[in-house]
Amino acid sequence: MNAIILTAIWGVVMMFSGVFFKNKSIPKYLAIIGLLIAVIANTAEFSIAKPIVHINIHDMLRFEKYNLLFIDVAFLCTMVYFLLSGTEIEKVGPHAGEYFALIFFVLCGVSIVATFNTLLMFFIGIEIMSIPLYILTGSEKRNLKSNEAALKYFLMGAFSTGIMLMGIAFVYGGNPNGSFFIDKIQLGSGQMPVMIALGLLFMLVSLSFKVSAAPFHFWTPDVYDGAPTVFTSFMSTIVKAAGFFAFIRLFEHSFGTMHDQWQKLIVIITVSTLLIGNVTAVFQQSVKRMLAYSSIAQAGFMLLALFALNDKAKEGILLYTAAYSLATIGLFGILTKMEDFTIDGFNGLAKQQPLLAFVATVCLLSLTGVPLTAGFQSKFFMLMAAVDNGHQFWLVIVAVLFAAISAYYYFRVIQAMYFKESSQPSVTVIHSISSQFKIMLIVIAILISIIGIYPEIVIGWMYR
Amino acid sequence: MDIKAYIVLSLTLFTIGIIGVLVRRNAIVIFMCVELMLNAVNLLLVAFSKMHAISNTAKLSPTFASDAQIFVFFIMVVAAAEVSVGLAIIVMMYRNVHTVDVNFLNRLKN
Repeated sequence: MNAIILTAIWGVVMMFSGVFFKNKSIPKYLAIIGLLIAVIANTAEFSIAKPIVHINIHDMLRFEKYNLLFIDVAFLCTMVYFLLSGTEIEKVGPHAGEYFALIFFVLCGVSIVATFNTLLMFFIGIEIMSIPLYILTGSEKRNLKSNEAALKYFLMGAFSTGIMLMGIAFVYGGNPNGSFFIDKIQLGSGQMPVMIALGLLFMLVSLSFKVSAAPFHFWTPDVYDGAPTVFTSFMSTIVKAAGFFAFIRLFEHSFGTMHDQWQKLIVIITVSTLLIGNVTAVFQQSVKRMLAYSSIAQAGFMLLALFALNDKAKEGILLYTAAYSLATIGLFGILTKMEDFTIDGFNGLAKQQPLLAFVATVCLLSLTGVPLTAGFQSKFFMLMAAVDNGHQFWLVIVAVLFAAISAYYYFRVIQAMYFKESSQPSVTVIHSISSQFKIMLIVIAILISIIGIYPEIVIGWMYR
Repeated sequence: MDIKAYIVLSLTLFTIGIIGVLVRRNAIVIFMCVELMLNAVNLLLVAFSKMHAISNTAKLSPTFASDAQIFVFFIMVVAAAEVSVGLAIIVMMYRNVHTVDVNFLNRLKN
């Protein structure tokens, strides 16, 4: 509860910060302070199991340890993002405070989506999370690519919302209890009722849209490519992970008892997501677009949690959120400093900026899943969950094979940085690099390797 | 009236909306079709709410299953929020390219 209230209030505070403070960098520091307060309040609720303000929410939201832990992980990743890319957010447009305000509203949506207990809250959370993102995508008003991405994202998002609502209506109609609470959906025994099955199908399609799982991924590369790079970094990591968390929470609590009836659908979606994401990423020349496809490929791995739906999967999704967000935020942070987004633009980066090249390498290795990085542990947990599930063992082998393919396009960037010469000397990096940026890069590299060696640091909190 | 009639009507409206989104090229018309989809859902939710209330009259209070009607208000509010953002995006695009045709949206492909 603390997290929802504080982020909503702080969003309003941030909106006014631009009016009252003339200094342009004040909103950034205010945002960091606000987020810090939210993290502390949320951790306090987590450890003493009691919110500061007691509001009767009629069990519409449920604050269990696991959900609060997810909010903490998401907020801490956002904190890293603010510290690393805060100055870039200021540069997008003249009203920096408003961008931070929108990000805070997204975080409010993330907290609702992580704790919902009724379909009503689920719907509201998803909408609070996506509407500010449409604005952020189109925040470069004069840039045609940004306009186009915003319009595309908006139309696709609104369309999938309509489908999701139809699913909710059908689940409600098929549920003799006449209730929106996700654990009061009566599935009956044996065959699933027709209306509930239809509702499940609609919701599956719309949530696949939201988390960009194939075959509903086609908007992703265009939107991620067109949006300002700093905001792509945010929406492809924290928001996407929250979408997955909602996806898993919804399907586990409302349709969990019928898991074996819809598991095959998930297998199809997982395999096609892994296939399309990985194979298409191989052919990309732009690193930004390659990362968009790589986010589809990583979504395929996160879908394994939905396939398995056991305790290991629960741990895995937390770990995956942290590992994937940190690595991608680091890479996008470096990308915002580059002049040229093509892979050739990275040529010879190691000679000119050894630190940037090193951290980019750590992030890329983590995304590939090389041992001793966070990405390895998260992929390991996902695969272990899928093995524990017992069905469809071949899916694990397929996932490992696609992880091997992903090494090709990630390593191409590493190769460009270390083994190729730059054609024009010392212009690969144009934007100034502050020492704070460098420190944050080192922090990201350290966090990635700590989680990689000792994953208990994230998931151990679940059992305290 | 039978609930099936409502389901058929609502699904028809919903399908018209989906076909409109997929076929039409004008951003504003696509947007109207999305609104049509949302209104089809509103109709269905209210119908289901009444259905549940009738089938459970003996059991519970008069407000039983009225939360779907509340849900409809939330859908309306969210749709209004979406309209405000969506029209702003369409206007922003119109200012730059003087068209709202989505066929124009192909710069990102290459």
